[in-house]
Amino acid sequence: MVGFILLCHTHLDRAAQVARHWAEGGAPVVIHLDARVSEAEAGTFRGALADLPKVRFAPRHRGEWGTFGLVSATLAAAEVMLRDERGVGHVFLASGTCLPLRPLAELRAYLAERQDTDFIESVAVGDTPWIVGGLAMERFTLRFPFAWRRQRALFDGYVRLQRRLGMRRHWPDGIVPHLGSQWWCLTRATLGAIVDEPRRAAFDRYFSRVWIPDESYFQTLARRHSTRIDSRSLTLSKFDLHGRPHSFYDDHLQLLRRSDCFVARKIWPRAERLYQTFLGPPAALPRSEPQPAKIDRLFAKAAERQAYGRPGLVMQSRFPARDGDIGRTAAPYSLLHGFDDLFEGFDAWLTKAAGARVHGHLFAPDRADFAGSEPVFNGALPSSAAFRDYNPRAFLTNLLWATRGDRQIFQFGPDDQDRILPFIAGDAQAQVSVISGAWAVRLFHLGAEFADVRAEAARLQRAEAAQLAIWRGPDVKARVRIWTVAGFLEHPVENLQGILDEIVPRAPRRLTEAPRLRSLAGFGQFLQELKNQGMQPVLTGDFPVDRDGGGSERPRARPYLVR
Amino acid sequence: MHLWDKFRLRLRRQRLRARAIRKGRALEPVVMRAEGRDAARVLLASTVRNERLRLPYFLSYYRKMGIGHFLFIDNASDDGTGEYLAAQPDVSLWRARGSYAASRFGMDWINAILSRHCHDRWVLTVDADEFLVYPFCDSRPIDALTDWLDAGGARSFPAMLLDMYPKGPVGAQTYHEGQNPFEIASHFDSGNYVLSRNPLYGNLWIQGGPRARVFFPDRPQQAPSLNKIPLVKWLRRGAYVHSTHMALPRKLNMTYDTTGGERIAGCLLHAKFLSIFPEKVAEELTRAEHFADSQEYRAYAEAHPERTDLWCRWSESYLNWRQLEILGLMSSGSWA
Repeated sequence: MVGFILLCHTHLDRAAQVARHWAEGGAPVVIHLDARVSEAEAGTFRGALADLPKVRFAPRHRGEWGTFGLVSATLAAAEVMLRDERGVGHVFLASGTCLPLRPLAELRAYLAERQDTDFIESVAVGDTPWIVGGLAMERFTLRFPFAWRRQRALFDGYVRLQRRLGMRRHWPDGIVPHLGSQWWCLTRATLGAIVDEPRRAAFDRYFSRVWIPDESYFQTLARRHSTRIDSRSLTLSKFDLHGRPHSFYDDHLQLLRRSDCFVARKIWPRAERLYQTFLGPPAALPRSEPQPAKIDRLFAKAAERQAYGRPGLVMQSRFPARDGDIGRTAAPYSLLHGFDDLFEGFDAWLTKAAGARVHGHLFAPDRADFAGSEPVFNGALPSSAAFRDYNPRAFLTNLLWATRGDRQIFQFGPDDQDRILPFIAGDAQAQVSVISGAWAVRLFHLGAEFADVRAEAARLQRAEAAQLAIWRGPDVKARVRIWTVAGFLEHPVENLQGILDEIVPRAPRRLTEAPRLRSLAGFGQFLQELKNQGMQPVLTGDFPVDRDGGGSERPRARPYLVR
Repeated sequence: MHLWDKFRLRLRRQRLRARAIRKGRALEPVVMRAEGRDAARVLLASTVRNERLRLPYFLSYYRKMGIGHFLFIDNASDDGTGEYLAAQPDVSLWRARGSYAASRFGMDWINAILSRHCHDRWVLTVDADEFLVYPFCDSRPIDALTDWLDAGGARSFPAMLLDMYPKGPVGAQTYHEGQNPFEIASHFDSGNYVLSRNPLYGNLWIQGGPRARVFFPDRPQQAPSLNKIPLVKWLRRGAYVHSTHMALPRKLNMTYDTTGGERIAGCLLHAKFLSIFPEKVAEELTRAEHFADSQEYRAYAEAHPERTDLWCRWSESYLNWRQLEILGLMSSGSWA
């Protein structure tokens, strides 16, 4: 037979409901009421259960969280149980916010088949990173005389002091520190041995200075006495990363029904439907196939959201202060610098070749040139330059967040707003391809007054040189490739293919059609002219003046075809 | 944070407290239901002016959410708002005599009421056109949320304003009393919000949405703030600073994670752009009470509010809180 120890402090009405449920099912229940509960409340509570002979009350202790009081309370209740209920084979420790998920008969049958097994999660401290943040082994080697909740400063200060002074204490002989969930189900033999332990006074003295002893006292001592430990809890309980216990609500009903645990903790006290369903007649509960993994997944997902969040998302409750290597933006993207100066109809060609979203100059001075010249883009992002330049980082992260799953590519040039570039350079998601000096090709085709061209060329070259310095900076995490115009044109198809392979990595397409290169007849001459005027175009690379000077040879002015 | 800044903020908070006490004298109790007020687990506080049309739905929305008691300040309504509220069984009502603008758009009154009646209690401060959406709000009442926040030691909950608008001109569909405003104003902007951190108050400053997109595309710095901290476990010494955009002590504003994780956050659906909007604009302009906002209201007036269409082809149609979470506008944090 199984008996229950119920530790109660708040929401006594719910605790009474659960105690009644078990007692009426024929199981003995020993209740420990926290000493902090007022006499009036305790009286009402006892009155509500007075008609149940199976319900007993243990001497009351102060069970402040993290202190030995909770262990004292459990031990006191265990003594009552073992003394008064000779027929009890297993003792199940539960709290007032627990709720049985499966009928008592099923638990009885389960335990009857495993009469010698102790169900207690018990993990050796050194071996497993069991605790999320905070103290592990130090729980056993430092002293904790102060209450964490009420005397936080003293608590933290004393821990620091002990660390600094190298103070350590040793645990008594004969035990090996173990940790685990405080909710267990022990056999009469094991629990009896712990309660009647000849060295109990020494152990209690030691554990009364251990941090959160209710997670280690029984877990450690069970190892000393038990013949067979099944290291898991029959109680379903979940914690978030800061160790705060999750509550279960009405909307968890189906998940809880599919859990294979016998008891769940904590139940939100106002989860009326859960209490009605699980404490109601078992007929109302048709058995469903257990799927305990489902509930694990739900809480694992929450923990992941709490710890890492969604990469690239900036919102009211996620505002990363430092930029990590990953997670500045939501998805990989490409910046192409100078390509549209060098090739005609480059956007259209790339859209077709890469099957991706190709924007114009997103950071153009007058407006954000979205693909298709849309005035507003995904996420209702306006194309207004003022709005974009108000916070360019937000503009880019918003765009990439709103278009997740859809590769974004945009053009850039020396004329564009380059306040964003350091951010892109530090973003591992960015792929940057730069053809320096390509603006000269555009100027060459502009056919303006040479004096104006010269001034413009000087301006663009200065701007581009500053941008190149960013791409060549020491902390660049983006994948950056830089060519000069001349360098790029040595192997244009291979270079374009390389860029495409990065954009569409898993389905590398062979380039069948290259974009149309702008005519470069006379371009060498044009550059020479700039030089002659004292404006050295250093970013274009070396162009052979003599070869296209004649105008007869235009080797790369046609589309390339790769067969 | 420098000692000097701490000192400045402390001074600022004490000035706000002093103002609240002074301006709070202009509040004249109309109906006090102390018993209901003290028993409520979560309270709601609001300043209203001529909101008779919107209030029935407002009250039913928040009653369903589990708000136990409403604290209303009626600022010189002449459309029956006061009488209507006084007749509600779960409302405590004050009448404010002083000037709305001179009481910092009602915030002095709110600060006064909160500190008098909501010390160490959860209270939601919203306008009559703001509708809170929080994670699991379709299945869990608001005290489930506040219990969860309590368990983690949090004293505040952020919910940014999400401006809702209809498809078509704002004035095209007439809003009827008791109607869910989001049947009409069913769309919102999902991803054009701009955030920056206010180093002094520690809050995030959020701008964007349809108002920034349509009314302020060329002067975004003037676009209205959308960050809000509407749900607070109030302390007597606390104070709201600008509307519910930020509060003091500044710890209340720090509701976001800076290491990459997500914390819990909701949204305030803003039912501003309904058929009543043009009237409200005209009224506010003639009253000229919204000094700080008058620029905003002038921008609306110039744009001909009745003809304005805020909808665009990237507007999202509202479904539920999960949609807002997926879009990255709110988060359930570690709550599951």
